[in-house]
Amino acid sequence: MISKKISRRHVLGSAAAFGAGAGLATALPLRPAFAATTTVGFIYVGPHDDFGYNQAHAQGAAAVKKMSGVKVLEEENVPEDVAVTKTMESMIQEDGASLLFPTSFGYFDPYILREAPKYPKVRFEHSGGLWTVKDPKNIGSYFGYIFEAQHVNGIVAGFSSKSGKLGFVAAKPIPQVLQNINAFTLGARLINPKATTSVIFTGDWSMPVKEAEATNSLIDQGIDVVTMHVDSPKVVVQTAAKRGAMVCGYHCSQAALAPQAYLTGAEWNWTDLYPKFVTMWMKGEEIPNFYRGGFKEGLIRQSPYGPKVSAEAKTRADTVKAALTAGNYVIFKGPLKDNSGKEVLAAGQELIQSNATDAKLESMNFLVEGVLGSLPA
Amino acid sequence: MVEEAAAAIAAPNGTVTRRLLAAASGAAAEAVAIPLGAIVVSLLVFGLFVALAGVNPLAVYGYMVEGSVGSWFSVQNTLTRAAPLILTGLCTALPAQAGLMIIGGEGAFVIGGLVAAMAGVALTGAPALVAILAMAAAGIVAGGIWVAFAGALRHWRGVNETISSLLLNYIAIAILNQVVEGVFRDPRSLNKPSSPSIGYDHMIATIPGTEIHWGLVVGIVAAVCAYVLIRHTTIGFAARVAGGNVRAARMVGLPIARLVVLTCFLGGAAAGLAGMIEVAAVQERASADLVTGYGYTGILVAFLARQNPLALIPVAILLGGISASGGLLQRHLGLPDAATVVLQGIVFVVILASDAVYGRIPWFNRPEGNA
Repeated sequence: MISKKISRRHVLGSAAAFGAGAGLATALPLRPAFAATTTVGFIYVGPHDDFGYNQAHAQGAAAVKKMSGVKVLEEENVPEDVAVTKTMESMIQEDGASLLFPTSFGYFDPYILREAPKYPKVRFEHSGGLWTVKDPKNIGSYFGYIFEAQHVNGIVAGFSSKSGKLGFVAAKPIPQVLQNINAFTLGARLINPKATTSVIFTGDWSMPVKEAEATNSLIDQGIDVVTMHVDSPKVVVQTAAKRGAMVCGYHCSQAALAPQAYLTGAEWNWTDLYPKFVTMWMKGEEIPNFYRGGFKEGLIRQSPYGPKVSAEAKTRADTVKAALTAGNYVIFKGPLKDNSGKEVLAAGQELIQSNATDAKLESMNFLVEGVLGSLPA
Repeated sequence: MVEEAAAAIAAPNGTVTRRLLAAASGAAAEAVAIPLGAIVVSLLVFGLFVALAGVNPLAVYGYMVEGSVGSWFSVQNTLTRAAPLILTGLCTALPAQAGLMIIGGEGAFVIGGLVAAMAGVALTGAPALVAILAMAAAGIVAGGIWVAFAGALRHWRGVNETISSLLLNYIAIAILNQVVEGVFRDPRSLNKPSSPSIGYDHMIATIPGTEIHWGLVVGIVAAVCAYVLIRHTTIGFAARVAGGNVRAARMVGLPIARLVVLTCFLGGAAAGLAGMIEVAAVQERASADLVTGYGYTGILVAFLARQNPLALIPVAILLGGISASGGLLQRHLGLPDAATVVLQGIVFVVILASDAVYGRIPWFNRPEGNA
């Protein structure tokens, strides 16, 4: 009897709230009118101002905002679960978005793969370079060979380090991260063949406390240049600068956080790519389903050199960057040994970055000679 | 309540029963009115907060309504987000009946999801129904044992269950990462370590005519079962007696150990089942993405529901609605994502504070209760 009473009240109450809600929503002029503008949605996995992965994409979105005839929607801190599905659908259904940039690597499978067939007229542009021919045609996936810029970071670090000891704060031992560690180390050893890179894996993409601890621990070992591959390099950059070490940035420029200690950085160049893709979409041109590149294709760029970079270092780094831009420089070439002394590339063997199907580059699972650290078995 | 009920049974006298019923209906009205009032107060405080941030509170309320219940799409969005919260809420609400404060829903969710994914991958060739049932059983058992462990530590070793269940969350996440980056890794998941897929054919479907998966129905059924168990069975009564006064319960010979471990097991089983549903209805595989935070939101849900299993359902829907409307607030008003977290925090604090007014509003406590 009592429970009956409660449930009736409950039902009536929630029904009333529901009715009032629906009424209010239709009464208020909230829904945007469909105009001749193209609506583009950007979805970030973390904060849009993280000085890292997400900020690089938000800078691209900001460039799109400046275009005429385009309306930009942004949503941050969207996890890789049902939330991203609902955000994509909401952008499409409630705001009329026709082009989406869900930017986190983990949004692709299964979320984008499942949404794309439901909305065949919407274009999904994913950052990660994961599209294959069996996937829906209204998906595009792009990515940059950012390890080329980490290689240039390594050259600058090799010139700038007095101890020859470099540090790398990394998230997970996955191929993309190993490419960066190896390219950085190979760059530094071009300048100082005795240079070493100590690596600490924090285990996940955003672990601010562990990142600070790792940076401190590296500097305690006498390391004077630190770089990283984590979602937000902010903590590493600030900690290193506070301890008097130099840093090479990653994802986007962190120079503002440490103007003196910042040497240079490996950046994504989404500010060029996104307006280009949006223009193609508005003109009805075909955007490639699979698009990758490095300096040559303009998908990545180098942060301007900081005050501590010598003229000699700038010249050498610029020369290598020019060669990479021209497309006649290979970073991973034999003879190349891993840090246990085993030969991983024989003399004459090359892992050419533009060859996107090169399985050995794509599934890199070794640390080159000069890297101090090991991979989980 | 328990004492009063015992008195009424002992002396089945008309006046006592009538008074008791009046008091009970007053209490029931109070139990609905005070949380609702608290939510209204929270919304007003939140309005003040956004106004200070330079955003029109009326626009915020408008978008919150639109984003949570303003269209069929929004309603489905709200319900989809509410589904796991009912189950993770049970992980705190069930042990609370026996007087335990468990906050280990996140760990049970993760372990349940991981073990369910293992079962799903092992049964790739089996019929879909068999695979789904086996995954559910795996998630239930794994999550149940995980939290029962915290209960056992409490009972036999005197370890504070709040701390141990919290720490078990970190252990669960570490195990998940270790396993999906090691023995249980799909070698093709190069840059995003994940387990193999359980197979699209073995995934839980959506309720016909909607985009909501069956997890919502599972959550509601589980909450109703938990309510019946707690309110209408001797085991539930015994658990509540133990939760009310463990010495008295021991005096009358109740099996405290069994009650503590059982309520913990059932709570963990609910969260483990939520993890299984996350794998089988949403993510298709186990990866670091199983760390969704639903376990922690479940604690909030349980407290807002005052540990009442039935009340978990509307509260989970409320929080689902808040999170569903977060997107519109970001996109149209430029509020940061943290705005919805702030609102959740305000609701939590106001509801806890509202505990102080129970029994102090005369309207609900009139002796002859013609409310």
